[in-house]
Parts: sequence; C-alpha cells; structure tokens
Amino acid sequence: MIPKLFTFKGGVKPASHKDESADTPIRVAPLPSRLIIPLRQSARAVARCVVEPGQAVLKGEVIAAAEGPMCTAVHAPTSGTVLAIEPQPVPHPSGLPAPSIIIEPDGKDRWIDLTPFDYRAATAQQTRDYLRDCGIVGLGGAGFPSHVKLGPGEKGIDTLIINGAECEPWITCDDRLMRERAEMVLAGAAIMRHITGARRILVGIEDNKPLAVESMKAAVEKLGERAIDVIAVPTRYPAGGEKQLIRVLTGIEIPYGKLSTHFGVQCFNVGSAHAVFRAVAHGEPLVSRILTLSGNMAKPGNFEVLIGTPIRELLPLAEPRADTDRYLMGGPMMGVALQSLDIPVVKGTNCILAGSPTLFPPPPPEMPCIRCGECAKVCPAELQPFQLYWFSRAKIFGKTQEYSLFDCIECGCCSYVCPSRIPLVDYFRFAKGEIWAREKEKAAADIARQRYELRLAREEREKEEKAAKLAAKTAAGREKAAATLAIAERPAATPEDEAKKSLIAAALERAKAQKEQAHPGNVSNLTPEQEAEVAAIEVRRTEIREMAKPHLRQDD
Amino acid sequence: MNNSPYSLKPASVQSVMLRVLFALLPGLAAYVWLFGAGILVQIVLASVTALAAEAVMLKLRGKPLMMFLGDGSALVTAWLIALTFPSIAPWWLTVLGTLLAIVVAKHLYGGLGQNPFNPAMVAFALMIVAYPLLMSQWPRVGATDFAVQWEAIFGSRQVLDAVTMATPLDALRTVLRDPEQRAMIGGILGGKATFGNIGGRGWEWIAAGYFLGGLYLLQQRIITWHMPVAFLATLFAVSGAFALYEPERFAGPGFQLFTGGAMLAAFFIVTDPVSGATTPRGKLIFAAGAAVLTWIIRTFGAYPDGIAFAVLLMNIAAPLIDMYTQPPVFGHKDKRGDSP
Repeated sequence: MIPKLFTFKGGVKPASHKDESADTPIRVAPLPSRLIIPLRQSARAVARCVVEPGQAVLKGEVIAAAEGPMCTAVHAPTSGTVLAIEPQPVPHPSGLPAPSIIIEPDGKDRWIDLTPFDYRAATAQQTRDYLRDCGIVGLGGAGFPSHVKLGPGEKGIDTLIINGAECEPWITCDDRLMRERAEMVLAGAAIMRHITGARRILVGIEDNKPLAVESMKAAVEKLGERAIDVIAVPTRYPAGGEKQLIRVLTGIEIPYGKLSTHFGVQCFNVGSAHAVFRAVAHGEPLVSRILTLSGNMAKPGNFEVLIGTPIRELLPLAEPRADTDRYLMGGPMMGVALQSLDIPVVKGTNCILAGSPTLFPPPPPEMPCIRCGECAKVCPAELQPFQLYWFSRAKIFGKTQEYSLFDCIECGCCSYVCPSRIPLVDYFRFAKGEIWAREKEKAAADIARQRYELRLAREEREKEEKAAKLAAKTAAGREKAAATLAIAERPAATPEDEAKKSLIAAALERAKAQKEQAHPGNVSNLTPEQEAEVAAIEVRRTEIREMAKPHLRQDD
Repeated sequence: MNNSPYSLKPASVQSVMLRVLFALLPGLAAYVWLFGAGILVQIVLASVTALAAEAVMLKLRGKPLMMFLGDGSALVTAWLIALTFPSIAPWWLTVLGTLLAIVVAKHLYGGLGQNPFNPAMVAFALMIVAYPLLMSQWPRVGATDFAVQWEAIFGSRQVLDAVTMATPLDALRTVLRDPEQRAMIGGILGGKATFGNIGGRGWEWIAAGYFLGGLYLLQQRIITWHMPVAFLATLFAVSGAFALYEPERFAGPGFQLFTGGAMLAAFFIVTDPVSGATTPRGKLIFAAGAAVLTWIIRTFGAYPDGIAFAVLLMNIAAPLIDMYTQPPVFGHKDKRGDSP
C-alpha cells in the first residue's frame, strides 16, 4: 500500500551535487593520532566525565555518564589512554571551546565485551535506558537524544517516520547507508517501532536517490515486513526537514512549539535507526558514524569515522583541492563554517564540505528589498520573510514575533532566491538572538524586581514592628516608673529583706546541688566564705534577671 | 565570513528589471508598427533623463553609483512613462515627467524599494493634471510619418492637427457627456475608423503585445497570476455588468480590456512589487480595486484614462491590505491547533 503523498509549500531546487560522492562505497577511516570527545554530544546536556587522565580505556567503554533526563552517555571510540580532560574547540557557531576528553589510541582498537540487548524481554523503559547508556542521539544533525524521542509522549506514537530524504546538496551519507545497510536500518526501525508501539513505519527518501529507494524496498521484501512503506518523495529542498517530511508523508503540519508526538508521529534519521540496531543487536554503543567528504575535493566519498576524529586528520582521505578557502560542517544551505580544523567529528556531523571562491562565491553586495515576494514563495514555513526582514532590520522585535519569526526553521531558501542578495536568514538569526537576550534580561530584571519588592515589604514590616515595640516599651517604662514610685513610698523594707534571705538559702541549696552534679574546677573545694560569696553573687544575678524580665520578653 | 546558505541561486535585481524591459518589447514593436517611431524617441528621452536623474540623486544621497545605476529600475520607470505618455508629447513633457518620477516619487522617498507610489504613475498623474491638453493628443493610427512626429516632439506643435486624434476612450467619454449624442454610441463603437474591431483601432494589437510580454513575465515567475487575473477579470466583470444593463451607455468589456493602458496596467503597472500589495489575497484585492477605480474614472471621470489615479489610490491602501491579508503560517492553519 502506497499512502497518498502530500506537499509542502515553498522550497527550492539547488544543484544537488550528489553524484560526486554517492558512487563510491563507504570506507573506514584510519585511526587518528588522537581523539577529542566533547562531553556535550546530545543537544541539550553535558555528560559527567568518569575517567581520569592516564586511565586506559577500551573501545566502547563509558567515559562520561548520562546525567539528567536529556543526557546520553559518551564512550571511548577506540582503545587507548586518556590524555587529558580540558576545553577544546567544538563545532559550534560561537567557536568557543567546551570540555572534552582527549584519548590517544593504542592502535589495537579493542572492544569491551559486547553483549546484545534482548529488547523483546525488556520493558520499553529499560530499552530506552539502554539506548541512553549506549549514547544514541539523532544523527541527522540536531543530535537530540533518541531515548527521549522514543518516549510515549502524551498520546502514544502511531506512525514512525524514518527520514532518508537527505535534501541538502552534496551530502550522501544516508544514501550510501541505505544502499549498503538497508536491512540494518530497517531492523533498527523495527526495534523503535517495538519500543513505541507504533502501528506503521514510513521511510521517506527523495526521489533523486533511486538506488537507495530500491535497496530499502528490497530489504522490506526480504524481511517480509508489511507495515513498512518505503516512499520516494519529490526532490525539493528542504524535503528532509522533519516538519516538511512529516507533512509530505502524513499531511500533518507540526506547528512551532508543539512536538510531533502530540500528533502521534515521531521522526528518526536513517543513521539513528542504524545506530539503534547496532546497539541492540551487537551491544555496540555509538562510537562512529558515516559522513560525507565532498565539495572542492579530488576524491570525495563517504567514510565511517570515529566520533572525536579531528577534521584535519580526515581531510587527506578526500584530497581537498589547493584553492579551498573554507570548510563547512553540514551542507551548503544550513552548514556552519569551521573556525578551526582541530574541531572533532561529533555525533551530528554528517558532512564536511570543502568550499572555494568558485564553488561558493562571496555574495554580491546587498541591495534594498524590492518586495518581489520571491522569498515568500519559497518559504516552507509559509512566512513572509521580506516583512520579517523589515521588522528585524528596524529592530521592531514585537512585530517580528507577531509575524511568526520563531516559526522560521532557518533553512536558507529565502536567502537562496533573493534577487537583492539580502542575507535574510542572518537577519532572522539576529532578531531571534536579540529576543532571547531580551527575554533573559527581562527574566533577570523580573527576579531583581521581585527581590527589591520583597525587600521593601520586609523593611516596611520591620519598621512597623519597631514602632510597635517602641510604643510597647514606652508603655512598659511608664508602668515601671509608676511601680518604683509605689515601692519607694512603702515605709518598711522588711519583706524585701526576708525575701533576700530565702533567696540566699535557695541559692545555697542550688549551688550545693550543682556541686554534687558537676565539679567544675574553679568551684570545687571552696571554703564556706567563698561559697557564701558565690551565693551572694547568685542572688544579685537572680535579682537582675527578675528586673530585666519584662524587657527580655519584649526583645525576644 | 558570511553565514549559510553558502550556495545562492543566480539572481539579481538587474536581471529582474532587464526581463521586465524585454517583456515590454512585443507591445513596443506593435506600437512602432501602428503609430510610428515617435515612441522610440520618447523612450530614449525618458531613459536618458531617468539615468541622469538617478545618477545625480544617488550622488547627492551618497549611494554607490554603479551598483544602483545598473539595477535597471530607473529604465523600467522610464519605459513605462514613455509608453503611457502620448508618443507625440513635447520633449519637455516627457523629461519633466521622468524627473518627477525619479527625483520626487523615487529618491525623495528613499530610493529603490522604498517608494510608496508607483513612480511612472505619479509622473502620469501630475502631468495630466498640469497639462491635460498635451497629455490628450495622441497620434492617429497610420500617421506614421516620423518627420512630422519629430517636429511635434522637438519643434512646433503646428503640425499636430495632421497627426492627432482623440483616443477611443476620450471620444467615447465626450459622447457620453452629451445626452443628445448618446444614441450614437453604438455607431461610434462600431466605427472602424476610430475604434477598430475590439479596443479601438490599433490599440488592440498593442494590448496583445503587452499580453504576450505578460505571459513571459508569468513564465519567468517575475509576477504571479494574481494581479493580472484579478485586474482583467474585475474590469471585465464590472464593465460587462454595466454594458449588459445599459448597452447604449456603457462600453463593453472587450473594449475596456483592449483599449488604453489596461493590458499594460494588468501586467506591468499594478504588478510593481514595491508599491503594491504582496500577499496572495492582498494582490487580488489590490488589483481588483485598481480595476474598479479604473473603470469608474474612465467612465465618469474627467481624464482620458483612469489607470494612474486608480493605481495611486490603491498604493495608499497597500500596507493596510497586506496587514489584513497575512496568509496563515505552516502548522497554524487550524485554529484549534491540536487536532491531528
């Protein structure tokens, strides 16, 4: 059964450049001289390092443990020695270094003891925990932890979508994976279906990869799977965007701010399905991935590369040409220019693209917008980019949000077609950044304001209490004065003397008792005179205490 | 270093503008064939003036000269001015109109992309208000003697009687004004000498040329179908309804569509993206509004053609139209938002 296909609006058709790297089989990249493994491998969380410099590790050994719900474990990609744990440059637009574990391979590439995981005997939660501990994250680029996505969501998952669209030009790693390891990908998908309880699996592949479609269809036949449909979707960037592929295959549009599970759909990259299969069937944690080396290179191709391999050590495999002026991580539409070649391959790295002035010429100077509307025609989020551009440029950020700025997926279609060569996506990134910064500032200001208000309230309360205290004190003072006057007016002091005597007796009594209980050094073996003196002091103290009583009560 | 996307489609403002000029060629060719080469003189006059004015204004505003002078936008304005002005208008009328379009309507409002009004239409409207007679003297079909036209443009206007005539629209309205002559409308519309077969003698061929150019613009995705379809369909519907209601008084849709600047407006003038509405629904409203106003001004107004005023009036409304016709965003079409 082939389900009816839907379309998404917009999109562009850049030259695909797939042929350059698609025809050679996946090769295993040689062991690098050292591996740099950032502790942040999943999108949202940093794993906790559990190794020390100098420690020997085996391939697949946990070197950083998952901590928190969004975190996944990190493993040693090969056997060797931990050299250091220190900040290293990582693939991030900011170019800021992040804590990483550096491993020197011993060249033996020795695995830990690998035991397959019997997911049929385990509960879904146990399998999800197992995948978390195997470090499985989305390999399509975003690096979202798979065990989180495999959770039941609020309504359960009906349809599992396996994303093999691979719509970015140049990149062919998913194409090769589907051609060479279709059965493993499908087996991984079937495991995910088991975990989620999904009814059907839809595999979406852009129709410019007929061999991958064929291979996947043959694998479905071979496995005798009925509930898996392999569907060729029209080639149009960004058909491989999660929202776009879900729309094409199911007709469902996932709005900004909602998860696809809300609609009973979940989407995984083919590489993730493959990684799940390897983790479950072979017990192998995620320590390598397939990536494309292409662009301005003499021998482009696909390579199975250890996570943590410095890009500098990978490049010779594809022989970059002499006029290469930059390297991109990812494709030409959404990729990020690398700040340094010491940056390592991470789990989300699907492509390293060599660029040259002829391949990616510097954009001509920016002209004013003529509102031709070409950007609106190609926007897959169905926004009006030129309107957003006016507002972003004028820093009218409220309006940008009114015009749904945050629905922008930064696919780059608008910049791609703009005849005025306006870097529209840059304006939108800027506006988003500003809004986030302002919201952060506002949140901070809110907290500061709350604090200030609380302080004011407290000061007010204290002031009132002080005033009340003062009033009470004055009242007590008056009463006391009156009482003293009354005493002074009394003719004889006899009752007072008697009271004193009885107090002295009581104090002597207490002193004796104390002496019997504990014998503090300076009060043992006292002469009777000394004892009398102590008793007299006691009496005076009691008197003072009595006198002070009303004040003490107020001051407490 | 710039950011993604790194590969860009080869596209430029210049290429858009040059293709618009290219699309005007069939209509221009028909114009020359039927009315003589005077129009070419006007095109040259307007183009040179526009480029000179553009250069001076760019210099005054401290903008990079070569980048903007080459964008072709001033040439498009110039050509539209030449094509909407009478081809035997005195040279200074065209020059003055072009100067107003480039200096006032374009650069004083901020230059390329910033003008709220269609510059060519501003020029037409100002000139027809200031010089109604000169703007109404059109050459007679077949009077293609270039020497006479040259003389009319640069020399004495004495020669004019030999070559001018009222445009079909003008003739029609003059008759409509006079109740006693109304009975003759049928005869006038049927008169082949002035009115040809559909839109006035000669004009239907020029209109056909513009139509052809318009199809090219559609094919090139420089314009969308919304504006031309809405403009022509509305003009057709309104004029058709009134012609059915009182055929003696109102000209039929065939005449309205193929006369004057209707075709030019449908594909080249209302479609100006800078001053028009931009959302799909907004474009429909904008063009339909321009068509209704055009018909009203043509039928009841004082000027030979109403397109310029109609377009300018709709230009004012464009931002509002856009604001109220924002299309729904991906995923937000269903107001409930949570039904699968």
